[in-house]
Amino acid sequence: MSNQAVVSLRNVTKSFGAGGVTAVQSIDLDVRPGEFVSLIGPSGCGKSTLLRIVGDLVEPTSGEVVVNGKSARQARLDRDYGIVFQDAVLYDWRTVSKNIALPLELMGVDRESRAARVQELMQLVELEGFDKHHPWQLSGGMQQRVSIARALSFSPALLLMDEPFGALDEMTRERLNMELLRIWAGIGSTILFVTHSISEAVFLSTRVVVMSRRPGRIAAIVDVDLPQPRNADTREEPRFFELVTEVRDRLREGGLDEDRTAPGEGELVSAEETP
Amino acid sequence: MAYAAPAPRHTRLLRSQRTREAAERIGLFLVVLAVLWALWEGFRFVAESTGLRIGQFEANDRTMPHIHDIVGQLFEPSRRNGPLLIDVLWDAALFTAKEAAVGFVLGALFGFGLGVLLAHSGLLQRGFLPYIVASQTIPILAVAPMVVVWVNPRLPDGLKDWGAVAVIAAYLTFFPVTINTMRGLQSVDPRAIDLMRSYASSSWNVLWKVRVPAALPFIFAALKIAAPASVVGAIIGELPASIQDGLGGAILNFNQYYITSPTSLWATNLIAAFLGIAFFLVVLLAEKLVVRRAPEHVA
Repeated sequence: MSNQAVVSLRNVTKSFGAGGVTAVQSIDLDVRPGEFVSLIGPSGCGKSTLLRIVGDLVEPTSGEVVVNGKSARQARLDRDYGIVFQDAVLYDWRTVSKNIALPLELMGVDRESRAARVQELMQLVELEGFDKHHPWQLSGGMQQRVSIARALSFSPALLLMDEPFGALDEMTRERLNMELLRIWAGIGSTILFVTHSISEAVFLSTRVVVMSRRPGRIAAIVDVDLPQPRNADTREEPRFFELVTEVRDRLREGGLDEDRTAPGEGELVSAEETP
Repeated sequence: MAYAAPAPRHTRLLRSQRTREAAERIGLFLVVLAVLWALWEGFRFVAESTGLRIGQFEANDRTMPHIHDIVGQLFEPSRRNGPLLIDVLWDAALFTAKEAAVGFVLGALFGFGLGVLLAHSGLLQRGFLPYIVASQTIPILAVAPMVVVWVNPRLPDGLKDWGAVAVIAAYLTFFPVTINTMRGLQSVDPRAIDLMRSYASSSWNVLWKVRVPAALPFIFAALKIAAPASVVGAIIGELPASIQDGLGGAILNFNQYYITSPTSLWATNLIAAFLGIAFFLVVLLAEKLVVRRAPEHVA
């Protein structure tokens, strides 16, 4: 099973600096093809660090990281993953279409194929007609769609998403959650998703990895057996609330209780406590 | 299409707004010009009519010529039966502009290259920056003769003399460009670099597709300082190079005749100022054409 995994982490530990603040400790995790796995945990639990280790943007202090059957470094050099950050991180001096086409440009894809692919992607993220706009002319939600389109431009097998909707208002966030699921169903990529929001994690994922407070360890893995495809009604199902409760309990065991008011968390949790 | 923005209206709005801003700017420029003129003439009038003296300073035609006399001098013959002063100064300004432009380009390219080098190596930065700063604390007047002595003998005939002056202008140009290029290249959002790493991008592409575009507003800020500075460098450089054809030569010349014709020197200074402003405006225009950035990021 593990050699088929898209991401395979074995005993991965990361300490920063000589003083040795340990961000994540002894992480073992396999992500299988087509899965949607969320990492959730209190702020500073190292979930973003873990994502960056998978992307070879941070090197682990010890342990083994295998992505697509190769070392993380080789996977990065082979462009096996696309990444989306909390902020869209678009290049202001490029138009929307040129932002989306940047990875293809770097890969030496010719102009015509690039243009065709950009049109496809603009349709996928529902931004048709905005090719010539500059990023600062778009809303936060639209910018994040551009960022997602850019990550998908070269059809990577793996999508790494670091709190991609964390900076958006809740309505935009829920709409983009739906769109992400639609996109995921369409492309069949594997997604590793970092979030602060319990409901978002449960709604989107096939599995939720609950991490403990620093040093981050895996406190629990919750299988989300909600039926696919998910829609607005999914959030109303009793099973949804059971799973939200379960994830919250696991977080509490992992030491979240001192940190209930982490950004964007408190209001979401309490909003769902009284269905 | 839930978010179809009315794009044409957007740009039309921007355009009318831009026209209004431009008109405002020109209006403001004229108002300030009038205020400066009024202050100059007003001070002179009050000082003359009350006999006010500040130390040795006495306001009169020699120390504070009337502005209309300075402007009028431009349209007087520069010498008996000679061409008008403005024609002489126009030729001199073109000559100095050539030196300053070549110096500006040399200095900007050298400054940019040095900035890129220093931004990529902390060791070089720590090692060289003190000397680069020191180079600017030496007055240009002290450096200019040495540059003339070193550079001039090695120049081909077409570049003789004025080429050395261009190098002096470059000496004043490169410094702000180096400092701001360095700052600009290092100002990039680290995640923008991470993103390029995730695309397995070469450092060359990171430099040209991310770092340099992100640094452009910084670089243009420096070029706006450097452009008038290159004119100053060229004017001062003409003095040790004994060049008579430029504004430096004209300033030196009219300095000697200041007692008999103070307005000639003032008029020459006016033209030198216009040349500096022209250089500045060219850079400003280039910035408007090159830097595509959120409005609040453009100075």
